[in-house]
Amino acid sequence: MKNHLEDSLLPNARPDQFIGSRMQRTEDHLLLQGLGKYVDDIPLANVLYSAFLRSPHGHAKIVSIDISKAIQLPGVHKIYLHKDLPESAQKRLPILVPNPSIKHLMMQEVLVSSEVCCVGDAVAFVVADNRYIAEDACNLIDVEYEILPVVADCLKALDANSPSFFSGIPNNLAAQLNVRFGEVDSGFSQATHVVQEVFWNNRGSAHPMETRGYAAEYHHASGQLTVWSSGQTPHLEKKNLIDILKWDPEFIRIIHHDVGGGFGPKAIFYPEEAMVAIAAHDLLRPVKWIEDRREHFYTATQERDQWWDISIALDANAKILAMKIDMTHDNGAYLPWGIITPYIGVTTTPGPYVIPAIDVNLKVVYTNKNATSPVRGAGRPQAVFAMERILDKAARKLGIDRAEIRRRNFIQPEQMPYNNGFIYRDGKPMVYDSGDYPQCQALALEKIAYDDFPARKAAALKEGRYLGIGIANFVEGTGLGPFEGATVRVQQTGRITILTSASSQGQGHKTTFMQICADQLQVPLAMIDVITADTNAISMGIGTFASRVTVNAGNSVFLASQKVGEKIKGLAAFLMQTRIDNIQLIDGHAITMDDPSKKKSFAELARVSQGMPGFSFPEGVTNGLESTEYFSPSQSTYCNGTAAVEIELDRDTCQINILKYVMTHDSGNLINPLLVDGQVQGSIAHGIGNSTLEDMQYDDQAQPITTNFGEYLLPMATDVPKVQMYHLHSPSPLNPLGVKGAGEGGTIPAAAAIVAAIEDAISDTGIFLTQAPMTPPRLFEILKNAGTYSSVTS
Amino acid sequence: MKPASFIYHRPQQLSEALDLVAQLDNYKIIAGGQSLMPMMNFRFVMPDHVIDLNHVAELSHISIANQQLHIGSMTRQQAIHSSALVEEHIPLVTQAYSFVSHRQIRNRGTFGGSLCHLDPSSEQPCFTAALDGVIEVASQSGTRQIPIANWTAMYMTPDLASNEIMLGAKLSIWPKTHGWSFMEYSRRHGDYAIVGVAVLVNLDARSAIEKISIALCGIDAAPVRLLDTENVLKNQAADETAIRIALESIEKLPNIMEDALNTSDYRRHLAKTLTRRAMLEAFERAKKRMS
Amino acid sequence: MDLHRIKVHVNGKAYEREVESRRTLADFLRMDLSLTGTHLGCEHGVCGACTVLLNGNTARACLTLAVQADACEITTIEGLAHADGTLSVLQQAFQECHGLQCGFCTPGMLTTLTELLNENLSPTEAQVREAITGNLCRCTGYQAIVEAALLAAKKLRDQRV
Repeated sequence: MKNHLEDSLLPNARPDQFIGSRMQRTEDHLLLQGLGKYVDDIPLANVLYSAFLRSPHGHAKIVSIDISKAIQLPGVHKIYLHKDLPESAQKRLPILVPNPSIKHLMMQEVLVSSEVCCVGDAVAFVVADNRYIAEDACNLIDVEYEILPVVADCLKALDANSPSFFSGIPNNLAAQLNVRFGEVDSGFSQATHVVQEVFWNNRGSAHPMETRGYAAEYHHASGQLTVWSSGQTPHLEKKNLIDILKWDPEFIRIIHHDVGGGFGPKAIFYPEEAMVAIAAHDLLRPVKWIEDRREHFYTATQERDQWWDISIALDANAKILAMKIDMTHDNGAYLPWGIITPYIGVTTTPGPYVIPAIDVNLKVVYTNKNATSPVRGAGRPQAVFAMERILDKAARKLGIDRAEIRRRNFIQPEQMPYNNGFIYRDGKPMVYDSGDYPQCQALALEKIAYDDFPARKAAALKEGRYLGIGIANFVEGTGLGPFEGATVRVQQTGRITILTSASSQGQGHKTTFMQICADQLQVPLAMIDVITADTNAISMGIGTFASRVTVNAGNSVFLASQKVGEKIKGLAAFLMQTRIDNIQLIDGHAITMDDPSKKKSFAELARVSQGMPGFSFPEGVTNGLESTEYFSPSQSTYCNGTAAVEIELDRDTCQINILKYVMTHDSGNLINPLLVDGQVQGSIAHGIGNSTLEDMQYDDQAQPITTNFGEYLLPMATDVPKVQMYHLHSPSPLNPLGVKGAGEGGTIPAAAAIVAAIEDAISDTGIFLTQAPMTPPRLFEILKNAGTYSSVTS
Repeated sequence: MKPASFIYHRPQQLSEALDLVAQLDNYKIIAGGQSLMPMMNFRFVMPDHVIDLNHVAELSHISIANQQLHIGSMTRQQAIHSSALVEEHIPLVTQAYSFVSHRQIRNRGTFGGSLCHLDPSSEQPCFTAALDGVIEVASQSGTRQIPIANWTAMYMTPDLASNEIMLGAKLSIWPKTHGWSFMEYSRRHGDYAIVGVAVLVNLDARSAIEKISIALCGIDAAPVRLLDTENVLKNQAADETAIRIALESIEKLPNIMEDALNTSDYRRHLAKTLTRRAMLEAFERAKKRMS
Repeated sequence: MDLHRIKVHVNGKAYEREVESRRTLADFLRMDLSLTGTHLGCEHGVCGACTVLLNGNTARACLTLAVQADACEITTIEGLAHADGTLSVLQQAFQECHGLQCGFCTPGMLTTLTELLNENLSPTEAQVREAITGNLCRCTGYQAIVEAALLAAKKLRDQRV
């Protein structure tokens, strides 16, 4: 905000540029001293601890449960079974995201009534003096199960003679839908080339370092039920609890303090939260449940498990005429987030390419595995994997360079806004609003010296080293609505409070919102307080997921701050009897520009605005220096990027070493580039996990095999290189700040680019790779079966 | 994931510890705790008694006598890794510890703990095998010496009676001219080896193999010494042919372990790959020291 | 219940408590001493969020019994700042470099890097990365943590001059 007085700014002025600054976070000071308040840290007097007894079977009927030994253990307060729940809590949980194509709906129960459908299903809840005793009691509960046939394979689950994953549902098809547009059949019949392949991605989970957890307290005197949660969606949790507990909405409050990572699985509503609330109300003592990591493997949602049968029809110039997709999504036993994840996947597939005709068949299949819901990337990594890999296959078949085949098919910047033909998960046509896809790829290729790569590869080969390079592009719908509101309020102390429903799990939202507000009100960040994720702070909210908070809540903060700024100026102008355009905001004061000695502090103005008996407001001035705004985007805003990765492959161990990781990334305007860099680097780490490390395995009885951090491998500091990242800026025309989401872009193209690079490193074999993660043991099997290894290693 | 309850014992001397292991049923010894505690936290093991040896000072030592390195069972892995004495006399051991887990684990983990836990992927039993280690155990009635080749009774179970405690092991010191190499493949830094190999070689005046020792882990319940190969390679040149002979014997190993995550074919291939690389490194080091 | 009396020094302060033998050091710190800065991420010794300094050496508090900490000196994240509350050089470097996002792995990162810098004030980037392989982070992708460690090392070296 420039003005003619900037040369004579008051002594303690600070730079007026907040937006776009790499500002240090205000969240860090407490966290660095171990003074954070994650849910297990919140001090609650007389709190009781708890544990769930969980099914060891993938599918079984509960014949009997005997708690007689367990309940006698000293230190055990109560043991709940399904029959002990309030009647309203005995039904299955409400579905969060309904869809007409869902044929059979299956949601969790708070505690299983009669049939367990997944290893880890909760059968009993023990409340005790501490977790040690609660676990002792669980070991003393006798459950008799009748094992039922298990569904462990989503393709076999569709066979006519497959058992059903649940006895109350006749088959395993949760949902089926077909989406079709353009001239698909003529596209394929006219094609010069048709390229087809089947791709498979395996499951993984987000594994934030903090597991889930809930603490609840019923305050008898006031009737208030408070639940602290390690979650992502406070209002969604509240809505569910109101329905399940039949609770008065004004007497229930959900709070997220510090949350140790979310990445998707903490966004859904889980049965454990209801159980903890029920127990707290029942026992009239605070109750908390902290998930342990083994439980997290069994019960925190997962995804990526999908089969993609994809074909593209190309003309003689390698331009895509049409595409067909047959996708089968292994959903697991429950539908906590509807069919959003696979739907996002199929609609993401076209990416930055012109594809005039598409036919999609999607089958969402129940199995007796853990339920799926979005995990960072939310189904898009698999879609990008299919699209980018099929383009690589086409490039190989046609003898064209991989970057070139993409260039020929890009949507050009002058084609924006571009409707890709689908209806997105936000219910709106999928119209890309802005972005320069050719430039994004070109920059990535330049930075990785793509043109020189063949020479590098050949030189390395002379030394017996195998290099490979891979590229992948993506377009991601972010900033999903309908809203995330914010209130900006000037307090009588002169401090400014931002209140919003947005929840943070490490993104640094508080600092981001402070920057946006400070930019409007021209105050130092130290004058601003931010309250997030408290359902008492603002009446409605949706939650943090799908890279939507900066777009939704950030713009709400912007609009509210703007309004508050106008109010401040209006009131100050009135009180100082001058014109509004003579008022400037500096350091918590409203100052007349022609006489800087005349000023009113925010504190004074706030007190006046809160009303004094007998004092009438002037025309146009309303009570309170505050404003609540619910910015509502007209549709999602689309960010994009390119990953270019160079690796070296040890052909014998099949281990890769990432030599260079280049990411060009366009998420519009950046409020705090330091934080965005952190999101890109961090999301790429998840992508690296998806590519060669994270491999959630189940056996044919739907028993999870990899259930600890020794077997399910998360990337370490030696697995994630420094990403060379470059930001492009195509500001979103769809919101005042011009921002787009940035939390998942790094994850989305990673597996596609890395597996392409691995394939390139074995290009002499002609092998085409179709699976992710391409773990060393998996790659070894493929190379071995292709006869790559001689009988004695040479 | 909390342990089940147990009675905790903290002997201050070896004799006290030996009395406890003679008297108690269903006990576990806690040494470093880095393998035992996860199993207790998962409740995979639920001992009635836990005997803490961390205060039996006489079990923790590193010393040299009679051309052998003597390591006490309670010696911390990090202490062995950073020991100048060890590096001077058996640099194989120093190199092997760079693959053992992470610093935080090595700070607490003990040599004896690893030898008694006997995970087939473990580096410490592997180098002990390569070095013809002899393990010393004690009971109330005295001590006995167990060559490493006889140490594994079965999968993750040493030949240690319930009334016995491991005192330590003696590892052979090779001539100052020897070459060595420890190599392993793991998915990430510090992970358990999928396969590991320890090689020691001493060359004669003609640079032929005077003596060679090759031990593999991740292949079977016990570390596997390629004894037949070692005999065949005596007096052979330290060259590609020697490596080929070793790899052919690995090719013929009858039973290589397999689990849901790593097939026996993969392990066999890794064993050959790593043995080749380790033999090359060991030969190079030996040649350098000769010159 | 098998109870034992233990005396520990935590962050320079003496405590005497009676603990059940199976209580882990992590739970003792968190539940008995209300020092909740040490976090539990896995309880099987892999994630490193529970790492503390035990007699100056890093150790997993989830793999140590509280009774084993008897007569020991323990430093947790709460003990890393200066007595007057100002952040240490390492903590400040984390702030400057955006070395934390959710903050859950941070206690283990700080204690581990404290041990590294106590032994080596000129670590290479590779040495820093290797030092923190026993600490999993799911947010940062590690780069900012590595930069913070190298920045802290430089500042500490400069202070010595």
